[in-house]
Amino acid sequence: MATALQATKPIDWSYAPAPESADPGLKKRYDLFIDGKFVPPVGGQYRTIINPAKDAPLCEVADSSPADIDRAVKAARRAYDKVWSKMPARERGKYIFRIARLLQERAREFSVAESLNGGKPIRESRDTDVPLAVAHFFYYAGWADKLDFAFPGMRAKSLGVCGQVIPWNFPLLMAAWKLAPALATGNTCVLKPAETTPVTALKLAEIIQMADLPAGVVNIVPGGRPTGATLVKHPGVDKIAFTGSTAVGKWIMNALAGTKKKYTLELGGKAANIIFEDAAIDQAVEGIINAIFFNQGHVCCAGSRLLVQEGVADTLINKLKHRMNALIVGDPLDKNTDVGAINSKEQLEKINKYLEIGQGEGAEMWQTTCPVPAKGFFCRPTLFTNVSQSHRIAQEEIFGPVLAILTFRTVDEAIEKANNTPYGLSGGVWTDKGAKIFKVTRKIRAGVIWANTFNKFDPSSPFGGYKESGMGREGGWHGLMPYVRLERI
Amino acid sequence: MSERVPVLKTYKQFIGGAFPRSESGRSFVLKDAKGRALANVCQGSRKDFRDAVVKARAAHKDWSGRSGYNRGQILYRLAELVEGRRDQFVAELRQQGSSAGDARKEVDATIDCLIHYAGWGDKYQQLFSTVNPVSSPHFVFSVPEPTGVVALVAPEDSALRGLVSAIAPIIVGGNCVIALASETKPLTAITFSEVCAAGDVPGGVVNILTGFRKELVAQMASHMDVNAVVYYGDNTDERKTVQAEASRNVKRVIFPDTPGENPYLIMDTQEVKTTWHPVGY
Repeated sequence: MATALQATKPIDWSYAPAPESADPGLKKRYDLFIDGKFVPPVGGQYRTIINPAKDAPLCEVADSSPADIDRAVKAARRAYDKVWSKMPARERGKYIFRIARLLQERAREFSVAESLNGGKPIRESRDTDVPLAVAHFFYYAGWADKLDFAFPGMRAKSLGVCGQVIPWNFPLLMAAWKLAPALATGNTCVLKPAETTPVTALKLAEIIQMADLPAGVVNIVPGGRPTGATLVKHPGVDKIAFTGSTAVGKWIMNALAGTKKKYTLELGGKAANIIFEDAAIDQAVEGIINAIFFNQGHVCCAGSRLLVQEGVADTLINKLKHRMNALIVGDPLDKNTDVGAINSKEQLEKINKYLEIGQGEGAEMWQTTCPVPAKGFFCRPTLFTNVSQSHRIAQEEIFGPVLAILTFRTVDEAIEKANNTPYGLSGGVWTDKGAKIFKVTRKIRAGVIWANTFNKFDPSSPFGGYKESGMGREGGWHGLMPYVRLERI
Repeated sequence: MSERVPVLKTYKQFIGGAFPRSESGRSFVLKDAKGRALANVCQGSRKDFRDAVVKARAAHKDWSGRSGYNRGQILYRLAELVEGRRDQFVAELRQQGSSAGDARKEVDATIDCLIHYAGWGDKYQQLFSTVNPVSSPHFVFSVPEPTGVVALVAPEDSALRGLVSAIAPIIVGGNCVIALASETKPLTAITFSEVCAAGDVPGGVVNILTGFRKELVAQMASHMDVNAVVYYGDNTDERKTVQAEASRNVKRVIFPDTPGENPYLIMDTQEVKTTWHPVGY
C-alpha cells in the first residue's frame, strides 16, 4: 500500500484556466462626451490606453485640452440652467433609475471592460465594482424627489455645475459615487476619469446616451493631471469632488483658496487592522487577506498596517503566510484569479521602490512563491515583519499588495499605534468581545471602521475620512450633504 | 472721609484653564469711542496660540468622551453664570460702545443661546446618526464624532453673543476651541472666560486669546495639530489665507454666515464615523 502511494505522482492542485469570455464591447477609439455627443478633442490628441495584464495597447482615448474643458463646463451650465434644475425632481430621479437599469443589463460586458483596462480580477469587477455602481445609481435615484424630507428645518438647494475627478482603482464605481448623488440633488457634472482608466466611464457615457439623459447634464472629459487641474480651476464650476491622493487633495485646497467653490475630498489612508488575542484567528486571517490584497491593494481604505497582539503574532503570521501562498496571481480575466495586475508600470515601480525602502530600513520582507506572468505588471503578495512605527512602509500609502506588520501588548497601545498617522480613513478590529469592539472602534480616529470584517461597501453606508484622509461623506443620507446648499425654511 | 478707590480689572488671556498674560509680554491699550483708555489688553502671540493648542489637545480626550448629557449640563451652567453676571456684561458692552438697551438685549440673547445649545448636547447625535440598510448581512451605523481641536476667529462686531454662539456649537459637540476674541471689543470675551473657569468647563476645552487678526489668523489656519478653523468675517485676503494655509493638513474650513442657533452648526465641526459588523451565528 505504502509503495503504491509513493509511486503515485503528486497531485496537481492548480486550477485549470477559466477565462471570462464575454465581449467587453470596446471601440478602437473613444472621443470626449460633451453636451450629449461624442466629439473629437479640440487639440486632436489621443492617448493609448494600456491593458496592464499584457502591457499591450487596449484602445485610444481622446485627451481633453483646456478648450474641451471649457466647452464641457459651458454645456453643463446650459443644461443646469435650462433643463436639469427646472425639471421636477421625480422626473430627474427616473433618468437616474434608467441609468442603473441599463448598466445592470450590460453588467457582464462592463465587468470585462473594467478588468481589461484596470487589471483587477474579473471576480472583483463582476461581484463588487459593477453591482455596487448599479446599486449606487439606484439608491440615489430614489432620493431625488425626497429631499424635502431629508433635512429637518432646511430646504436643500442644488449647487450648479460639479467638477469631479476620480482615481484609477475603481474607475466605474467612483464615477457612480460621484455622478449619482450629484444628479439626484439637481446638479450637472463634468467628470474627469483617471489617465490610465477612462474606458468604463466612456462606456457609461454610452449608457447615459441610451438613457436619453438631457444633453450636457453629464459630460466626460478624459485626460491626465493637467486636465484635472484645468477643471478644478475653471471659474464656471461651483463644486469640486475629488478622490485621489492626499498630496493632490492639498493642492486642490490651495488652488481653490480665495474662491467660493465648495469641495469634498476623499484622499489616502494607512489603515490599521488590529487583531486581538481573543479574535477568531482563522476568520481574522481571511479578513487580513481581504483587507490588503483586495484589488491588488489599490484601495485607499486598505488595511495596510497590521497590528497583532503579541500572544498570537507567531501563530497568526504563520497562518497568514500559508494562506497567502494559496493566492493566485495572474490573468485578471481568469475567474480563479485572486490578485490581478498592478494598474500601471508607474505604480509597479512605486511599489517596488517601497519594497526596497522597507528592506533598507531593516524590516524583514516575505513574498509568496506563486508563479507570476512574465509579461504585464504584477507584484507578488508581500508582507513585512520587524516593522517599527517610524518606518516609511508603516507611515506612507504604498497602494499595492504590501502589508506592514507591527505588534502590540495592550489595548491602549493598539489604539495609540492605530492613530499614529496623519491619515484617518478606515480601520479594522478583530475580537470576539462585543464591549471591546465598541470601545476600540470609538477610539480609532477614522471614518469607516470594520469590526470582524473588512473592505465592505454599500450605497446606503457613508464613506469618507478624518484628518488628512479628506472631508465629506459619499454614500447614504450623509452623502447628499456635499451636493446641496441648506437654507433655513 | 476719602472716597473709596475702585479696583481696576486686569484683562488676561485664558489658556488651559489658567489666566496667563501673553508669553510675549506685549499688551495694547484698548480705547473707547472717545479715545479714552479702557484697559491694557494682552497682545496674544503665535506662541500663545501654540500653547493653547497643546492644552486643547490634552483636554480633548476627556471632553470628547463625556456624555452629551454632561456637556449639555455644563453649557447650562454657563448660562446660569452669565445670568448672574448680567450687570457686569451689560456694563462692559456699554464700555465697548453698545447702548444700554442693545447691551441688555445682547446679554439676554447670549444666555438664551447657551440654553439652546445646552439642550442639543444629547440630541443632535440622534438627528444626524443613521442605521444603514445595507444589502449584505451586516449591522452598520453612522454617528457624528467631534473633529478635535478647532480654531475660531470670532465675529468682530458681535463681541459677546457672536463669540458665545460660535463657541457653543463647537464645544457642545465635544471639540475643544481656541478662540481669537474680537480685536476691538475683547473685554466681554475675557469676562466670559472667567465664566468658563468658574463653570465646570474643564481647563483647555475653551481657550480665549486677545490680539490682532493680522498676526494670528495665518497661524491658526496653518497649525498642524488643529483639525478645523471657523472664521467669521468678510475680509477676502484673510479668507484666502485661511483656505490656503488650511490645506497643509487638510483642515476643515468653515465660513458661517452669521452665528445662529441650529444643529447644522454643530455638524460643521463633526466627523461621521461608520461602523460595520457582520450579523450571524
